[in-house]
Amino acid sequence: MQLLERIKGCLGGLIIDISEFHGDIAVEVDRFKIVEALTRLRDDESLSMNFLSDLFGLDNKAFYEKPKKKAKKGDAEGEEEEKPKELPPRFEVVYLLLSLKTNERMMVKIRVPEDDLEVSSVTSLYKAATWPEREAFDMFGIRFKGHPNLKRLLMWDDFPAYPLRKDYPLEGRGEERSLVYGD
Amino acid sequence: MADNKDNNSGVIKGPGWILTKLEWLINWGRKRSPWPFPYGTACCGIEMMATLASGYDMARFGAERVSFSPRQADILLEAGTITKKMVPVLRRIYDQMAEPKWVIAMGACACSGGVFRSYSTLQGIDKVIPVDVYIPGCPPRPEGLLYGLLKIIERIEKDHPLYKEAMKFKESEGGRICNF
Ligand code: SF4
Repeated sequence: MQLLERIKGCLGGLIIDISEFHGDIAVEVDRFKIVEALTRLRDDESLSMNFLSDLFGLDNKAFYEKPKKKAKKGDAEGEEEEKPKELPPRFEVVYLLLSLKTNERMMVKIRVPEDDLEVSSVTSLYKAATWPEREAFDMFGIRFKGHPNLKRLLMWDDFPAYPLRKDYPLEGRGEERSLVYGD
Repeated sequence: MADNKDNNSGVIKGPGWILTKLEWLINWGRKRSPWPFPYGTACCGIEMMATLASGYDMARFGAERVSFSPRQADILLEAGTITKKMVPVLRRIYDQMAEPKWVIAMGACACSGGVFRSYSTLQGIDKVIPVDVYIPGCPPRPEGLLYGLLKIIERIEKDHPLYKEAMKFKESEGGRICNF
């Protein structure tokens, strides 16, 4: 059976959206059901997605807001009344899975709104998720509930911002001033 | 010395005096053994290793032994990108090195941050420690590093270690008391 069908059969009602692009399958599930979905994918006989090759956060802010700005430039006076379309949640967390049994890959993603950045951790399913989850926390501020050691991975501990967010300037805001040099 | 020498045999008879400046002697010793502390943090570190290895053989110029303890090193050879998180480590290693010490900033990253003009990278190590020689390039060729080392050696040659000490003493309290 095709991978797409098997995933559909395995996840069933958990799927919000499923798409295939050049052979890469992406499944979107509800963010509160991510642990359940990954458990099913891992334990399913025909899929056995038993290897988490990566996990990362994603900020869609610039992607969503670009077309809005363009429209404003085009008609400066006229249709300002037009209702802004409701944007999908700003952040995403993406899980890349690999089955070591059948050598097939797939992608699972969840959407996380800006005002509630809490997601359950999948470290209980995949040990490999510990560092990537810490990285996503470090770079985007997404908090993973149930993570054994959720602290910054790359930046120093009292770094005051989340640098991979789209509204953070590339050259930083001069944070090194808060670093203590020497003792 | 000439008086003690037998012109025919070239053998030195008698006590065999050498007259020189103590400063010259100190510099002579220092310039022939500038042991580097290899601080390779990125791709430039690989080029540094190539320079140390047999092909280019940095030991020819006295950098005989790379010193993995900062306390026994003379030159801090900073090769690579320094992230802001690593700055306290760099600073501490520099502070642990005994005087006299020199610093080589190897590569665009160490000199100015290089291509990494971002929130996480230090824009040049001279923001935190004094640098004697900058070597441009991404990465510099081994010849570049050797040239930098020779520049340091030139610098050591022109140094006045005793005079500097004397000036320091003059400015200290002891110097004022004995009216030096
Ligand atoms: S200067 Fe170039 S080669 Fe050297 S550490 Fe930086 S990026 Fe790497």
